[in-house]
Amino acid sequence: MSPDKLAYMANQIASFFKSRPHAEAVAGIADHISNFWEPRMRVQFFQLLENEAERFDPLVQEAGKYVRPVTANA
Amino acid sequence: MTLVHEIDYGTPASKAESQVTLTVDGFEVSVPEGTSIMRASMEAGIAIPKLCATDMVDAFGSCRLCLVEIEGRAGTPSSCTTPVAEGMVVKTQTQRLKDIRRGVMELYISDHPLDCLTCAANGDCELQDMAGIVGLRDVRYGYNGGNHVTARNNGGDINMKWMPKDESNPYFTYDPSKCIVCSRCVRACEEVQGTFALTIEGRGFDSRVSPGMHEAFLESECVSCGACVQACPTATLTEKSVIEIGQPEHSVVTTCAYCGVGCSFKAEMRGDELVRMMPYKDGKANRGHSCVKGRFAWGYANHKDRILNPMIRETIDQPWREVSWDEALSFAANRLRGIQEKHGKESIGVITSSRCTNEETFLVQKLARAVFGNNNTDTCARVCHSPTGYGLGQTFGTSAGTQDFDSVEQSDVVMIIGANPTDGHPVFASRLKKRLRQGAQLIVVDPRRIDLVKSAHVKASHHLALRPGTNVAIVTALAHVIVTEGLYDEAFIRERCDWEAFQDYVEFVTDERNSPEAIEGFTGVPADEVRKAARLYANGGNGAIYYGLGVTEHSQGSTAVIGIANLAMLTGNIGKPGVGVNPLRGQNNVQGSCDMGSFPHELPGYRHVKLDEVRSVFEDLWGVTISNEPGLRIPNMLDAAIDGSFKGLYCQGEDILQSDPDTKHVSAGLAAMDCVIVHDLFLNETANYAHVFLPGSTFLEKDGTFTNAERRINMVRKVMAPKNGYADWEVTQLLANAMLKETGRANWSYTHPSQVMDEIAATTPSFAGVTYDLLEEKGSVQWPCNDKAPQGTPVMHVSGFVRGKGRFIRTDYVATDEKTGPRFPLLLTTGRILTQYNVGAQTRRTANVVWHDEDVLEIHPHDAEQRGIKDGDYVKLASRSGETTLRAKITDRVATGVVYTTFHHPETQANVITTDYSDWATNCPEYKVTAVQVSQSNGPTDWQEHYEAFSERARRIEAAE
Repeated sequence: MSPDKLAYMANQIASFFKSRPHAEAVAGIADHISNFWEPRMRVQFFQLLENEAERFDPLVQEAGKYVRPVTANA
Repeated sequence: MTLVHEIDYGTPASKAESQVTLTVDGFEVSVPEGTSIMRASMEAGIAIPKLCATDMVDAFGSCRLCLVEIEGRAGTPSSCTTPVAEGMVVKTQTQRLKDIRRGVMELYISDHPLDCLTCAANGDCELQDMAGIVGLRDVRYGYNGGNHVTARNNGGDINMKWMPKDESNPYFTYDPSKCIVCSRCVRACEEVQGTFALTIEGRGFDSRVSPGMHEAFLESECVSCGACVQACPTATLTEKSVIEIGQPEHSVVTTCAYCGVGCSFKAEMRGDELVRMMPYKDGKANRGHSCVKGRFAWGYANHKDRILNPMIRETIDQPWREVSWDEALSFAANRLRGIQEKHGKESIGVITSSRCTNEETFLVQKLARAVFGNNNTDTCARVCHSPTGYGLGQTFGTSAGTQDFDSVEQSDVVMIIGANPTDGHPVFASRLKKRLRQGAQLIVVDPRRIDLVKSAHVKASHHLALRPGTNVAIVTALAHVIVTEGLYDEAFIRERCDWEAFQDYVEFVTDERNSPEAIEGFTGVPADEVRKAARLYANGGNGAIYYGLGVTEHSQGSTAVIGIANLAMLTGNIGKPGVGVNPLRGQNNVQGSCDMGSFPHELPGYRHVKLDEVRSVFEDLWGVTISNEPGLRIPNMLDAAIDGSFKGLYCQGEDILQSDPDTKHVSAGLAAMDCVIVHDLFLNETANYAHVFLPGSTFLEKDGTFTNAERRINMVRKVMAPKNGYADWEVTQLLANAMLKETGRANWSYTHPSQVMDEIAATTPSFAGVTYDLLEEKGSVQWPCNDKAPQGTPVMHVSGFVRGKGRFIRTDYVATDEKTGPRFPLLLTTGRILTQYNVGAQTRRTANVVWHDEDVLEIHPHDAEQRGIKDGDYVKLASRSGETTLRAKITDRVATGVVYTTFHHPETQANVITTDYSDWATNCPEYKVTAVQVSQSNGPTDWQEHYEAFSERARRIEAAE
């Protein structure tokens, strides 16, 4: 997936949770990505977050550390 | 086998609760108050002669055959129009009645042709039956007087009263010479279908049935639902298939394979030849009605384009090669296994079909989970109602629509949002229109002036003609009015909903930015109309919301669904008949395919794959380990294919190349794969990129179940052997076993779909009580069906929400990034038309093309004039994704700035235009909003020409040796 599209999708999720209380929004974004994004997408997400964090909404940047990690055998 | 016999009680059932007892010919019978004598008599087992009465329409009292005598009353009243009374004593057979009836029949027959032996209705003619029943032996008037029967009078001059047959409709004929002017057809068109296309023209002896203003059927407003043909007691209106084949000799009750209404039909057969499809009165979704697709458009099953032999090819630039099933399956299995060895377990996946049965869908997702060893399974609901799954799941606790279709009979206010039922869900629309004619009020939220906004005897109280993409703003503004004007149902909310979440929601929704006035500028809807609509929905009695893909197919599709759920909770319109939140599902089994675990993150019954206790149920039964990671969704599969990590796809009964957005992206994804297996009736557009083609079977050729939009599990019954040799569930099993071959694991060994249903019931709590025996017994059942609800569940959330307390969720409006600008100043929105279905693979291969043989672009006169476009001109439609050409239709059904088209024809490929924007939660594509430009055109675009040539090449089949 193009990095643009991936970042766009993550930021779209953030826009839904934006008006929630901060902690709830961060947890909501992390849960959503954990539940619906296939490991390949999450691997790409983590990489992009590490290298080009500025592509992401601050809420996504914060949620990143709560997103389900991808284990090697997944 | 015999014909399934349905009793015609002559007049509709009364819904009264109090009973009345009377005596008919000495037999006592008790019936609900308001029942006609005719119906009561039939209940007692005595059939009173009749011609103009049938229980699909109200009594009319015109034929004078059903006369009876009532003790203590004068004369001979008609039994169809006379209601029963307590203690009434009725006689249906006296000398006086016999004489009158014979006299009436004598008059009828004096103006009716006597070609019974060669007549298409021979064996199914009520006039013939009545002549026999009343003992007509002679017609004293002769046939030489004034008549409608012969083209020339006795003297050889032209008979001006005679009219030739109207054969304009592709499916039925109208022969005026056989008409007895009972007006059953006219009343069926009004009362059942609600189109009012037919009337009786003239008076007295000149009266006759007339479509529109003495037009041919095809030129009139007729929508070809066939209710008139079904109602006709003679050969006046007759199916062309009956004329051609003759009368059927046995029939089997089954379920339509078109839209999500899920109508029940009797497939009427002669041997293994289908003669006609007749709506089944006991069908609880359709109650004996149908539309042009279900009743008539089944000819695709025998179409010459159907592929009946498996085919393979090494690469997609080669022609297809017909091979044996064994060869095709081992070719497919080897390729898929090879891909997995080289690229990993996760490199292949499946797309389950929303047109196939529950059992077939269950097996396809099982193939991914138990044989491929991954969760890469998705279904076409991804591109239609996945936001419903998310939105209703979050708020109510389940994605299920809340009502049955009967519920609409008790609605007082109906709000239709982003749906066009008269085209997309016609039989539901007829039922809705019936309720509207009884006085229920209607609110339409749609950018386009759909037929329901104003048509015969239907007029919406409010049409909120919003700009495409602003649903969330409108829905939230409706809630704003309900909350700020104190119209919400506090008692309901306190008892049934999460009060804290409600408080938070109130804080959000009362904000001035959500008021109708604040959003008027960008939605284009006058604030006053929004306020009035909100008040009507909140105060008008039972309020029901029906919505379609105009809600879901947006960047904020899931948010809009949540907004709709909020509206229903605010007003207490949940948990009883007449109310609710009702997603109108697109395809026949899109509900079922979702229920069956087609989504990559959910096992059957909507349970996340991360849950150990759920996986273990299936792991124990299947003897495998199931991945606890969500799999790829369709758009993600295509992205992964382009990235090189997804290489193989088994696609059953879907045509993603035509139906999914951004065609060029889809084709690039498919072209990047090493093994695309298409399992379908026809070489569809996706098959242009396939390496293996497995021929599919039609719904007439297999057993199984479909689940319609009201969660109703209906039986699909085999009426003929599969022309391709195997039902689709058998093909999936063969593929699974081909892949299991060298693994040492046990083969699948289902011998009947009922065994698959047993497996579904054993693993999925909401289906725990479903068995084929129960379905045979009850006809159908709505899930959840288990120990708590052994008879199924017509209405959801009756005593509490599935998730416990209903949860209000904030719905911030976020404008889509698909914005108009100087290059693309118009907004395109897409939809369906009555006579065509989805990608058109089936309907384009029927005579339905006489109504709609190409996709057209609806454009407002103002926008057309600015561009120098005339009605019928070929125009170029371009977006940032691609361009195509099609004909323009100038109409004010669309607002200025908005254009509309359908996506039924591959020559147009409307999805070349749509973009890859999608719903934030589910990746459901934003089909409904694309910024476009429309300009004059000289002919097909380069893309169209290129694709046509490619398509022709890709469909070559090598001649058999």
